[in-house]
Amino acid sequence: MNLPLLSLLVFTPWAGAVLLALLRGARPAVARGVTLGFSLSTLAVGWAVLRRFDPAASGFQLVERRPWIEALNIHYFLGLDGLSLLLVLLTGLIAPAGLLASWREARSPRMFGALFLVLQGSALGVFLALDFFHWFLFWELSLVPVFFLIKLWGGENAGRAAYQFVIYTIGGSAFLLLGFAAVFAATGTLDFGQLATLAANGTLNARLAHLGNFWPQVVFVGVLLGVAVKVPLYPFHTWLPPAYAEAPTGVSMFLTGVMSKMGVYAFLRILWPIFPAPLHAAAPCLLVLALAGVVFGAFAAMRQTDLKRMVAYSSVNHVSYCLLALFAVSAASGPGGPASGAASAALGGALLQMFNHGLSAAALFLCVGVLETRAGGRRGLDDFGGVRAAAPVFAGLCGIALFSSLGLPGLNGFVGEFFIFRGVFGLAPWTAAIACLGLFATAYFLLTFWQRVFHGPRAGAAVGNWPDLRGVELASLVPLVVLMLLLGVLPQLLTGLFNPLVASWVAALAHS
Amino acid sequence: MNALPCTIYVSFAGALLALIAGARSATLARVVALATAVTALVMTLVAAVHFVPAAGLQTLVDRPWVDSLGVRYHLAVDGISLTLLVLTGIAATAGVLFSWNIGERTGEFFALFLALIGGVYGVFLSADVFVFFVFYEIAIVPKYFLVARWGSTNREYGAMKLVLYSFAGSALVLAGLLWAYAAGGGKSFAVSDLAAAAVHFSRLQQLGMFGLVFLGFAVLAGMFPFHTWAPTGHVAAPTAASMLLAGVVMKLGAYGCLRVALPLFPVGFAYWQPVIGWLAVVGIVYAGVIALVQDDFKFVIGYSSVSHMGFVLLGLAAANGRAVSGAVLQMFSHGIIAGLLFAVVGRMVYDRTHTRKLADLRKMALYRRLPFAAGVFVLAGLASMGLPGFSGFPAEFAILIGTWKTSPLWAAIAALGVLVAAAFTLRVIQVSFFGTVTVTPQGPELPPLPPITLAERAGALLLIATTVLIGLKPDLLLDWIVPSLQSPLFQSVLKGGGS
Amino acid sequence: MTAGGTNLASALAGEAALVAGALVVLAFDLTGARNWSAAARWRAATALGGVAVLVALTLVWRVGAAGPVAGGSFMLDALGTASRAGILVLAGLTLALTNGARRLRHPAEFVALVLLATTGLLVMAVAQQLLLAFLALELASLSLYVLAGFDRSRPESAEAGLKYFLLGGVSAAFLLFGFSLLYGLTGSIEFTGIAAGLAQPGLSPLLAVALVMILAAFGFKVAAAPFHLWAPDVYEGAPPVAAALVASASKLAGFTLLVRLLWPGLGAVAAGSGLPGWLPVVALISAASLLLGNFGALAQSNLRRLLAYSAIAHAGALLLGVMAAGAAGPGPLFYYASTYGLATVGAFGVVTVLDHAGVGPGITDLAGLHRRSPLLAGCLLVFVLSLAGIPPLAGFVGKLLVFAAALRLGGLHSAAGGLAFAAIFLSAVALYYYLGVLKAALVTATKPEQETRLAVPASSAVALVGAAVLLILLGLFPSVLLGIFS
Repeated sequence: MNLPLLSLLVFTPWAGAVLLALLRGARPAVARGVTLGFSLSTLAVGWAVLRRFDPAASGFQLVERRPWIEALNIHYFLGLDGLSLLLVLLTGLIAPAGLLASWREARSPRMFGALFLVLQGSALGVFLALDFFHWFLFWELSLVPVFFLIKLWGGENAGRAAYQFVIYTIGGSAFLLLGFAAVFAATGTLDFGQLATLAANGTLNARLAHLGNFWPQVVFVGVLLGVAVKVPLYPFHTWLPPAYAEAPTGVSMFLTGVMSKMGVYAFLRILWPIFPAPLHAAAPCLLVLALAGVVFGAFAAMRQTDLKRMVAYSSVNHVSYCLLALFAVSAASGPGGPASGAASAALGGALLQMFNHGLSAAALFLCVGVLETRAGGRRGLDDFGGVRAAAPVFAGLCGIALFSSLGLPGLNGFVGEFFIFRGVFGLAPWTAAIACLGLFATAYFLLTFWQRVFHGPRAGAAVGNWPDLRGVELASLVPLVVLMLLLGVLPQLLTGLFNPLVASWVAALAHS
Repeated sequence: MNALPCTIYVSFAGALLALIAGARSATLARVVALATAVTALVMTLVAAVHFVPAAGLQTLVDRPWVDSLGVRYHLAVDGISLTLLVLTGIAATAGVLFSWNIGERTGEFFALFLALIGGVYGVFLSADVFVFFVFYEIAIVPKYFLVARWGSTNREYGAMKLVLYSFAGSALVLAGLLWAYAAGGGKSFAVSDLAAAAVHFSRLQQLGMFGLVFLGFAVLAGMFPFHTWAPTGHVAAPTAASMLLAGVVMKLGAYGCLRVALPLFPVGFAYWQPVIGWLAVVGIVYAGVIALVQDDFKFVIGYSSVSHMGFVLLGLAAANGRAVSGAVLQMFSHGIIAGLLFAVVGRMVYDRTHTRKLADLRKMALYRRLPFAAGVFVLAGLASMGLPGFSGFPAEFAILIGTWKTSPLWAAIAALGVLVAAAFTLRVIQVSFFGTVTVTPQGPELPPLPPITLAERAGALLLIATTVLIGLKPDLLLDWIVPSLQSPLFQSVLKGGGS
Repeated sequence: MTAGGTNLASALAGEAALVAGALVVLAFDLTGARNWSAAARWRAATALGGVAVLVALTLVWRVGAAGPVAGGSFMLDALGTASRAGILVLAGLTLALTNGARRLRHPAEFVALVLLATTGLLVMAVAQQLLLAFLALELASLSLYVLAGFDRSRPESAEAGLKYFLLGGVSAAFLLFGFSLLYGLTGSIEFTGIAAGLAQPGLSPLLAVALVMILAAFGFKVAAAPFHLWAPDVYEGAPPVAAALVASASKLAGFTLLVRLLWPGLGAVAAGSGLPGWLPVVALISAASLLLGNFGALAQSNLRRLLAYSAIAHAGALLLGVMAAGAAGPGPLFYYASTYGLATVGAFGVVTVLDHAGVGPGITDLAGLHRRSPLLAGCLLVFVLSLAGIPPLAGFVGKLLVFAAALRLGGLHSAAGGLAFAAIFLSAVALYYYLGVLKAALVTATKPEQETRLAVPASSAVALVGAAVLLILLGLFPSVLLGIFS
C-alpha cells in the first residue's frame, strides 16, 4: 500500500475538526467520541509509520514532495526522521490523554473538540513539514486554537493570558518570517534540506552578507527570536506561567507536552542546521540563558503556592535542559569538533528528555487537574492534605509522575537527564555544575508537593467526600504512567529510533 | 476576452436600470443590481480562464476619440489589470449582497454603486492615460452621494473630506500628466508614447512630474501622511461603500502609481524612492499603532486599511519584480479581506446592535448571539494578520522578500508592522465578540439579535473562499502578474527583476 | 472671393431674420393677441421668437463659412459660423425656458429684446472691424441692460439693470477710447489693417493705454476680475431668464470677438517688445478671476450669486483659452465657452422653474429637490457637474482642452502653464461649493412642508433635458465640435 502516510497523519485530525464543525446538532457524547476517535488516529497511523521506519537509514523517509507555488519555488514537502517520529508518537499519546482529561468539560464540547483537533493536526504538521512555507503555516495556525481554547474554556484571567501568549509568539514569528524572507531573497529556496547544504558550504552566509556584513547575524537573531519564544528560552518565558495556569487541564497538558517541544524541534531542525556558525558564536551566551532557565525556573517553582503554576515553572526548567544540551554541543563545536561521546550523550539525552518530559509534565498537569476538580476550583499548595489516605490509587499514580519528573532512577525521567548531564559535563563542566542547583530545587518542590498534598492528616479539600480516580481519569493517567515505568527500564525502545540520527549529527560536527 | 470592455458598459447600463427599477420596487432594484454585478464578474472570470499571460498589454479596443488632443479610446488588459478586474467583480458582488437590506431610495443607491463600479472597471482597463483619468474622475462623484446620503457617523463631513482629497489627488495627477503631455509635444496620451517622450525630459522635469503624479495617486492610496481622509471617510460610508472604497478604490491609487507614475518617469522614481519607502513603512507602523487605541470598531478597520496599503506602497517602492508582484497580490488580497472586515462590522454587527463603540460591544456577548459573524470575523481577522493559509501571507511574504533585497531596514520595520497588526486585530476580536465570556454555560439572557440573512452568508462565503483559495494557491494570480512585469515599460523601473 | 452686396445680404440673413422676428412679435402682440390672457400672450411671443431663432439658425448654417464679406468687415470663418450657431442655440434654449418664468409683464417686449440682443451678439461673432464690433456690442448690451431690469415687481431687478447699465456705459466709453487710440496708432479700423500697422517697429507708448482700455472693457463684458463687480448683483437681481442669456450667449459672443481682436488683430503685440504686450495683462486678469471667483463662491449662500462667482472663475479659465488661442487655434476656447454656456443656461433654467414655483433663492432652499422634482434634480446634477468639470460631461473636456493648450505654450515656465496649474488646483476648491449645491438638492433630508411636487412646464422640461443630453453627448464625442476647427 502506498498511502501518503504523513499527509494522513497531519490531515486526519483536521478532517475530524471539519466534521465536528458540520455536526451542529450533535449530542455532547457523540461530539466527544468523534473527537477522541480522530485524535487516536495519530497513534494508529503512527504505528503504521513506525513499522515502516528504518532507523539506520539516513535522510528523510516516507517523503512526499510536490511542487506547489512555483512562482516562489515552494514545494509541499513532508518527511520523517528519528526526531520527527519521536515527536509524532509523543503527540499521538498526549493528545488523547488531554482530551480524556477534559472529558467532563460541559461548555460546548463540540467546539472544544474541533479546536483541539486543529491544534493536534497543526502540531503534527510542524513536526513533518520540511519547506518553510507550510511549516510556518502550521506553526502559526497552531496559535489560533490555543488562543480560543484558553480564552473560552480557561480560568478567570484567561483572556489576558491568551492574548499575551499569542502576541509574544506572533511577535517572535514576525522576525522569523523576516529572517526567512531574507534567506529566500538570498538563496531562492525555502527547503530546509537545501538550505542546510547551502549553509554547510558557506554559500548562505556569503549571500546574506551581500548587503552588509552584519546582516547574517541579524537574520540569525530574527529566526532565533521566533523560535526562542516558543520553547521558551529565558527571558522570553514570561508568557508561559499565566497561559499554562489559566488553560483548561487538557490544553495545559498539550501545551507542555507538545507545544514546547515544537520550539525545541525548531532549534534542532532549523536553527542549528541552517545557522551553525552564528549559533556557535552565540552559543556561550545562549548557554547562560538556558542555564538561567534551568535555575530560575526551578527556584521560581519552589516559591509557588498555586500547584498549576508550580508545574508550569517546572516545565520551563525541564525544557531548558534540552536547550542546555544543544547549546553546549554547539558551543563546543569548533575545529576538531566536540568530544563525540559527550556530544552524542548530550544530544541523545535531549531527545529522550523531550519525550519523557512530555509524558511526566502532562501527567502532572492531569493530577493537578484532578485535584482542582475535586476541590471545587482550588489548587493551592495549602488547600490539600492527606490525599493519599482518601485516594490511594491516585496518590500512587501521581507519585510515580512526580518522581519521574524529579528524575528518580528506574523511571523515564532519569535516563534523559542523566545523559544530558553526562554530555554537558564533558562539554561545559561549570555549566553542568550550576545546573545541578536546578536539580536540587526541583527535588525540593516536587517533594514538597508530594508531602504536603498527599501525606499528613487529611486537611483542606481532602476532608469529606473524596472519590478515587474514576474511569476517564484512569484511562488518561494510566497509559502515561505505564509508559513512564516502561521507558524507565527499557529506554532503548526510544533510543533505538534516533541513535543513528544522533550519530550522524555528531559525525557532521566532527567534519565542520 | 473581448467581453471585458463590456464590464464597463454593463455596469453603467445596470446603474440606469436600477434607477428605473427602484422607482417601481426596491426588490426589483436589488435583483437588477445583483444581476449586473454577477454578469460583470462572470465576464471577468471567463476572460481570466482564456487569458494567456504575456509581457505587455493586450489591446481590446483602440479607437480615436479626441483627435485634436491625440486621445484614443484605448482599452487593454494584462495580468495585473486582470487580477484587479477579478477583484472588482468579487467585491462588487459581495457589496450588493451585503447591501440587500437598504430600504431607503434603494434604486438610487444601487445606481450610484454600479456607476462607481463601472468607473473602476474603466480605470483598470484603460491603456490611454486620458481615458484612465476620465474613468478615475467618473468614480469620484458617486462616492460622494453614497457616503453623504446612506452613511452613518459624520457622513456629510466624511463624504466631503473623502471627495475633496480624492479630487485634490486627481488634480495633482492631472497637472503632472498634462505637463508631461505638453512637454512631450502634445501628440498622444498613450502610456508607451509618453514614456518614450519622457526619456528626453530634463531631470528636473522628471522629478517634478513624478512627484506630482505619484503624490496624487498616493493620496488616493492612503499613503502616510495624506491618509487622514481614509478612516473618516470609511467610517462615514455605508457598509457596501466602505467595502468598495477600502477594498477597491484605494487600489486605484496604487494601480495608478504602478501603471502610470512608475513607467513614465523612472528617473523621477529613482530620486523619490527613499522618501516613498520611508513614508510607506512609517505608515504601516503608525496606522497600526493608531488602530490599537481606537474605541470605534470601524475606525480600527479603517486604520488597518491604511496599514495594509502601506505594504502595497512599500512593495512598489522596493522596485524589484518580487516586491511588486507581492504588492499586486496584496492589492487583491487586501481588497477581499477589507471587504470582509467592513461587512462584518457594518452589516452584521452595526445594523443589529446600532453601536460601534468597543466598550459597548464588549458587554453584548456577541460570540453567542451572532456565532456566524464571530466566526467570519475571526477568519477575516486572521487573514488580516497575515496568517499563513490566507491570501495576505504570500503577499506580505513576497513583499518582505523583495524589500529585503532593496533595504533590509525597511523590511525589518515592516515585520514590526506585522506584529502590530496582530496586536490590534487580536484586541479588536477579543473585545468586540468575545468581550464577556461567561464561565457558566447559562449566562444572563440577552435578547436575540436578528439572524444573519442568506445574502450575508453568501457574501461572506464568497469572500472567505477567495482569500483561502489564493492563500493556498497564490500561483493562480502570480502566474498572471509576474509575466506582466516583464514588459519593457516595467523593466526600466525594476532593477534586479523577479527571481 | 468677391465681397459683393448679395454676399452681405446672405451673410447677414440670420441677423435680418431675427430683427424681422422681433418686429413680428411686437406687432402680433399689439394686434392679434391683444385680448388674450397673459399666459397665452407669453406662449405666442416665445413661440414666434423660437421660430425666428430657428429660421436664423437655418440661414446661418446655409451660408456657412464663406470667408471675408463686405471688404473684410465681416469674417465668416469656422469660428464665426460655429459661434453664431452656438449663440442661436443658447438663445433658443433661453426662450424655451421663458415659459417657466415668473409672470413678467410685457411678453412681446421681452422676447423682442431677447431677439435684438441675440442679433447684436451674432454680429459680434463675425465682426472684423472696430466700428462694427462696437455697434454690435452696444446693441447687445443695451438690450441686455433692459432685460436685466425687466422685473418691475422686484427692486433687485431695477438695481441690477441700473448697475449693469452704468458700469456697462463706462466700459463702453473705455472701449471706444481704446478703439480710437488704436485707429490713431495704426490708421485702420479693420483687424487685418491694424495687424499690418502694428507689425511695424517703433510703437508709441499710447499703445499700452489702448490695450489696457480695450482689455478692461472686455473684462467687464465677460465678467472677469477686477471688472466683475456687476456680475453678482445682476445675476441675482435680474429675471433668471435674462441672467441665463447674459451668462451664456453673451459670454460666448464676447470671447469670440475678443479672440478675433487679440489674435489676428493685435497678435503682433501679444508678448510685447520693449513695451509690455497684452499677454501679461490677460494673464493677470485671468489669475485674478480664478482666485476671486473660486474663493468668492465659497462664501455664498444664494444660489444665483454662487453661479455669478462661478461665472467669474470660468471667465478666468476662458481667458486662459484666449491666451492659448494663438498657438492652438480657437477650438478649445469655443468648445469650453459653448459648453459652459449650455451648462449655465441649464442651471439658470432650473432656477427659473424654481423661482416660478416660489422656492427661495438660497442654496438651502433646494432641499428635497430630488423628491419634489426628480427631473429638475437630475438636470441640475448634470449642469453642476459639467460646471465642476467632472467627466464624462462636456465641462471636463473643455477644461482639459484649454489646460492642455495652455501647457503646450511653454510648459510650466510660461505664465499660461503656471495659470493652468493654478486652475487645476482651484477646481478642487470649486468642487467643494458645487457639491454643496448638489448636497442641498439631492442629499439633504426634507422637511414635511417641502414635500409638494413641482410642476415643470413642458417647454422648460424639453429645454433642460435637451441641454443635459447635449452636455453628455458633447462630453463623450467632443470631436463633433472640435472637428469644425481642424
